[in-house]
Amino acid sequence: MTTQTQGISQSLTMEAIQTKAVNAAARVVPMHWQILTLKALVSAKKKIFGARPGPGAFVEAPVPDINTLAIEDVDVSNPFLYRQGQWGAYFKRLRDEAPVHYQENSPFGKFWSVTRYDDILFVDKNHELFSSEPIIVLGNTPEGLPMEMFIAMDAPKHDVQRRSVQDAVAPRNLKEMEGLIRERTGEVLDSLPLGTPFNWVPTVSKELTGRMLATLLDFPYEKRNKLIHWSDRFAGTAETAGGEFTDDSELFDCAADMAREFSLLWHDKKARLAAGEAPSFDLVSLLQQGEDTKDMINRPMEFLGNLALLIIGGNDTTRNSMSGGVLALNQFPEEFAKLKANPQLIPNMVSEIIRWQTPLAHMRRIATQDVEMHGQTIKKGDRVVMWYASGNRDERKFENPDQFIIDRQDVRNHISFGYGIHRCMGNRLAELQLRILWEELLKRFDDIEVVGEPERVQSNFVRGYSELMVKLTPKQQ
Amino acid sequence: MGKITFIEHDNTEHVTEFEAGTTLMQIAVDNAVPGIDGDCGGECACGTCHMIVADEWFGKTGSIGDAEEQMLSMTPERAQTSRLGCQVKTTAAMDGLTVHLPEFQM
Ligand code: HEM
Ligand code: FES
Repeated sequence: MTTQTQGISQSLTMEAIQTKAVNAAARVVPMHWQILTLKALVSAKKKIFGARPGPGAFVEAPVPDINTLAIEDVDVSNPFLYRQGQWGAYFKRLRDEAPVHYQENSPFGKFWSVTRYDDILFVDKNHELFSSEPIIVLGNTPEGLPMEMFIAMDAPKHDVQRRSVQDAVAPRNLKEMEGLIRERTGEVLDSLPLGTPFNWVPTVSKELTGRMLATLLDFPYEKRNKLIHWSDRFAGTAETAGGEFTDDSELFDCAADMAREFSLLWHDKKARLAAGEAPSFDLVSLLQQGEDTKDMINRPMEFLGNLALLIIGGNDTTRNSMSGGVLALNQFPEEFAKLKANPQLIPNMVSEIIRWQTPLAHMRRIATQDVEMHGQTIKKGDRVVMWYASGNRDERKFENPDQFIIDRQDVRNHISFGYGIHRCMGNRLAELQLRILWEELLKRFDDIEVVGEPERVQSNFVRGYSELMVKLTPKQQ
Repeated sequence: MGKITFIEHDNTEHVTEFEAGTTLMQIAVDNAVPGIDGDCGGECACGTCHMIVADEWFGKTGSIGDAEEQMLSMTPERAQTSRLGCQVKTTAAMDGLTVHLPEFQM
């Protein structure tokens, strides 16, 4: 064992002990105080033992031209590849020359990249060969904050936890929510400025996803911006995915705030139920009704983890598909014309938007035994990254993969939601929101014109936008 | 050659012809039976080809493998005789088989 992995496994056992302690304390000490205690503990540990080695802050520099690099120097963990529009050429080179590629010197450590569609499917499907624990992004978990999320658990624990929450986003429940989502979408669209440029990202994409998540969780509507803020902070961590944030103490403050708000919500729901209010279909109410989950509040790291997973899982992804669709239709104007002539294509277009955008670039696994792929031996314990962004542009699978084609035939085969037991639980919700958005947009506007270059976020995980300036032309009556 | 009937949740019937060896998912997709997505193309990795076999036919559809069982166990509308259509390879003995489609696929 190297000193680095020793350090990591030591802190993993520490984290297991901390989780037990937190669970034991849950009955007497408010959850958010406990998180703040963890924060103090971690900062003390850092003072004594020094910070765990990590990538540190990323400073943007021009990404080298792919043709100047030896294959072993190709590093797709660079968080600026997407922002600088280089990712397509990088992944094409890997798909063609080194479909199972080893990078030994990245800021995140050593890792394998799998870039062809069929190989990604193989890794995703074979969860006994490739474990999702302890985290599913390329980098490490933030030190000392061991939130338990089933996306990063293996069977059987994963299966039990997923079953306990998935009814909240199951199609039957969504049917109940569709009217409310449509109404709230309409409110946002009716308030947009006409004929003058504005930033689509905060005004439409973030606002709509925030509203939807507040609806799903029955979170106090006036506080819904908190959901967006927490998610941005978690997803933007430098150590996990090359994001812009390096200050871990702020992360703990977010977790503490989240713990406080969600405990309040839990107790408020319980009280309302006890007072005879009819049970509703939001996530917290469903947890309170489930046999395995009705006491989840006593297991804070699990409780927080499950809620955080929905907030993070449902935020950047849907949000960036909402922006990505507008951009795609502007880059491929003949498709916009096709859409206006035939709005029936919306459901198929929604899948094409999700393929073309691929909001999450990757998921990571750890090999549980030696595995041969394309003549390479992935060793037990190695990190393996499945690059969905590359699989969706694999010319072996999709014809003209870089084209945005709203009536593409085999589009539902896209790999943006992953496959196997971890396949995105919110996929139907995401499709529903995007379908409603486009139905409501076409009712109101003749054109959504992108005016200016979009700003893309810094990350090797989230493929998204921070700015997309657009101008709306209302429909002629 | 034989016949298989798919019955949608709203009771619309689709009678299809099949060649032994094709999977139930493929037959449904080839005949444009609504409600079968088959997103993963038959890899037992998406769960969107969920079907409920008529009781009397269930025994003829073969056994459920581990991967199929695991995917089915996370299907909200799972019933006693649920199968993933892509994991049921048809045989001549399935002539006349009836399957019901769930209201939703997840
Ligand atoms: C376009 C939108 C979305 C995309 C592209 C997306 C993508 C993904 C991906 C790639 C995975 C992991 C799949 C794997 O490991 O094989 C995943 C899992 C997950 N997603 Fe999504 N997601 C989206 C929307 C949502 C929404 C709206 C929610 C919830 C509100 C959500 C909740 C989850 C959860 C809970 C998991 C974990 C599933 C498990 O481990 O069993 N996602 N998503
Ligand atoms: S087609 Fe995906 S599981 Fe059957």
